[in-house]
Amino acid sequence: MLETSALACERGGQRLFSDLGFALAPGGLLRVRGANGSGKTTLLRTLAGLTRPAAGSVRWHGKEIDEDYRREMLFLGHAPAVKDELTVLENLEFSSRISGLEISESKINNALQQVGIARLSGLRAGYLSQGQRRRTALARLALSADVPLWLLDEPFAALDDEAIGRVSVLCAAHLAAGGMLVLTSHQDVPVAAPAAQTIELQG
Amino acid sequence: MHGFTLIVCRDLRLALRRKGDVLNVLVFFVLVASLFPLGVGPEPGQLRAIAAGVAWVGALLAAVVSLPRLFAADFADGTLEQMLISPQPLAVVVLAKTAAHWLSTGLPLALAAPLIGLQYGLPGDALAILLASLLLGTPVLSLLGAAGAALTLGVRGAGTLVGLLLLPLYVPALVFGAGAVTAAMSGLDPSAYLALLGALLAVSSLVGPWAASAALRIALD
Repeated sequence: MLETSALACERGGQRLFSDLGFALAPGGLLRVRGANGSGKTTLLRTLAGLTRPAAGSVRWHGKEIDEDYRREMLFLGHAPAVKDELTVLENLEFSSRISGLEISESKINNALQQVGIARLSGLRAGYLSQGQRRRTALARLALSADVPLWLLDEPFAALDDEAIGRVSVLCAAHLAAGGMLVLTSHQDVPVAAPAAQTIELQG
Repeated sequence: MHGFTLIVCRDLRLALRRKGDVLNVLVFFVLVASLFPLGVGPEPGQLRAIAAGVAWVGALLAAVVSLPRLFAADFADGTLEQMLISPQPLAVVVLAKTAAHWLSTGLPLALAAPLIGLQYGLPGDALAILLASLLLGTPVLSLLGAAGAALTLGVRGAGTLVGLLLLPLYVPALVFGAGAVTAAMSGLDPSAYLALLGALLAVSSLVGPWAASAALRIALD
């Protein structure tokens, strides 16, 4: 269960939003909406523990977020965290192991299949297109089914319709299995969720 | 420990696939050291006297040249962010990246230094002390350098700033390192200097990662 109470965030001395409170239970989807610069990314980075809130707190299972929380959370930001010099397979191997997941090569190939880039696994990431790079980053979703909380910042940006469909299927499966999902998105992508709520940030 | 080896292996693999970066630093070091005889003249006694200082200053400059890249690439592509929110303690991440930096720049540089010493006509035992002093000293350069690289992350003109920030901090390493070789050449026991370098290494392996972690947290906020 992810909760915030009286959360306020600032960027460069400017208050973005304040007094934000929500609770997300297993199976819950939280959509964050708002104009450019309204603080969607800052909110997600705060939930991930990268940015300190100006006021209020983020709680995971009733406790302030700590080291244990990091094992139970997956954050995918704007930057894909994909290295040009490594192959697609090596990139996923590193990013999953560093976040504490035990994975095998067959699991990764299976994940690449689910985002539709299985044939690229041996290719250096430097040769990928922007969309293929995003798909590589999003393949981590397929590897992180057991990670309860997903925080996704604009996961559908730079993706074609087919990839958007694949990612929303992965999200829906995660929610159906009792996971939690917070996502920011400009597009109205349908994600089937047992319980959905929306936060509208006023810029 | 698992995270440590993971990051060291990845960074070494990246260094192997970007050989240019590693070679540039090494060539820079050799070039700097080779310019001095052209400037001060070929008198053997004089060259022997400046050899240790030249090798050490070359090593400091080479370290400063290589350091801005330590975190910059991971910062730009979002990998650093992922490491920060991973279950690995940040100090371990920093220590692993520092170790990989030393293995790919400091170590080759220390191993190349006796060749420079040979060009300057250093006797055999002084060459051995030069190698030992650099093997103890270059990790200090990487450890303190990590803090400097983290502090200047995302700042414009980071390359120059790293130099201004770090070169004063490198002075003790330079004094003890070059001092050890000079002592050996004048027939004195260099072990006191090497012990001081060792102490410096112990202190900087605590201070460096700690300061770098704090700076990275601020840079990524």
